[in-house]
Amino acid sequence: MGKFKKKKDGELPQASTAALPDIVFMLLFFFMTVTVMKDKSLLVENKLPAADDIEKLNRKNDRVMYIYAGKPVKGYEKYGTEAVLQLNDKIAHPSDLKQFIHSEIALRDQEIIPFMVTALKVDRDANMGLVSDIKLALRKENMLKINYLSVKPSKR
Amino acid sequence: MGKRSTPEVDSGSMADIAFLLLIFFLVTTTMEQDNGIMRKLPAWEEIPDTERVVIRQKNIFTVVVNKNDQMLVEDELMELKDLRKAAMNFIDNGGGVNAEGKKCDYCNGSKDPASSDHPSKAIISLKNERETSYSAYVAIQNELGAAYTELRNREAVRLYGAGNTYTVMNTIFKDPKVKDISLKVKLEQRLNKLKKMYPQIISEAESKSN
Repeated sequence: MGKFKKKKDGELPQASTAALPDIVFMLLFFFMTVTVMKDKSLLVENKLPAADDIEKLNRKNDRVMYIYAGKPVKGYEKYGTEAVLQLNDKIAHPSDLKQFIHSEIALRDQEIIPFMVTALKVDRDANMGLVSDIKLALRKENMLKINYLSVKPSKR
Repeated sequence: MGKRSTPEVDSGSMADIAFLLLIFFLVTTTMEQDNGIMRKLPAWEEIPDTERVVIRQKNIFTVVVNKNDQMLVEDELMELKDLRKAAMNFIDNGGGVNAEGKKCDYCNGSKDPASSDHPSKAIISLKNERETSYSAYVAIQNELGAAYTELRNREAVRLYGAGNTYTVMNTIFKDPKVKDISLKVKLEQRLNKLKKMYPQIISEAESKSN
């Protein structure tokens, strides 16, 4: 009789899924903005040492130049079992550092070069000899700002 | 002629496409950030200075690490956990005067005449061997840096009130998201003042090979 049908008791209306794409898109945009694509594959073991008196280093900052060192990973045993350097995507010798630094400088604008920071991603089991070689090469090229990348200690 | 109505595009699969993209970005995302200990290397000199500045032994705090990662501080064997305290005591001693002949009026140290004169004169000398492990080296650098940070924090709280520690102010100053110029100028002045009160002087000798 009436224009409005009376709802049957106890029946819940179907939840609308129309907002689902919106929610998913929101999440999608969040992850798209925070994503940093991995641009280098590591050929060396890279367990960073622990330290707590540390400063943040912005990854998307193009003032940062990375140098990796550690034992070669599986499949690269031909480079030995001692810690080696990795520059860009290649295993390198300390004598290649000079050329590497020059090429990194050439990639960047002239005015930011004095502010460039070298981030050392060195495995905790590496010895200081290799690190000293890196430091000496950096000093000779006048790249004096250095950052020993480390992780917060998990305990405490 | 009657208009033919175009059929509506089904948007039901939009969620699926969005999910697919979402999962791709979820998998490729690396959230961790790079953190590290900042240090400045000494400039390279082709011919080392023949004129050596004479530094009195009492103003040098020597830390030597051998190839077994054992540490010798001021010629005595020391554990890593005691290093920070020892370094702080040395820097904060304030037994004499600085280059301008002023006494350290903010030091809380024991004013021992046999230890450092002034924080601006106190030098920490770190020596390591080529066989020393990198983790031990970083741990020691961390403790030495933390000694300076702790002293700067103490002075920052005394001068600018609780909560305004050196660490907090430095984080805000370095944060690229903070755009407030006047705040940054103020923080820079404060940080520079604290850095001047306790300048970080860590001298590293070339590592010896055996």
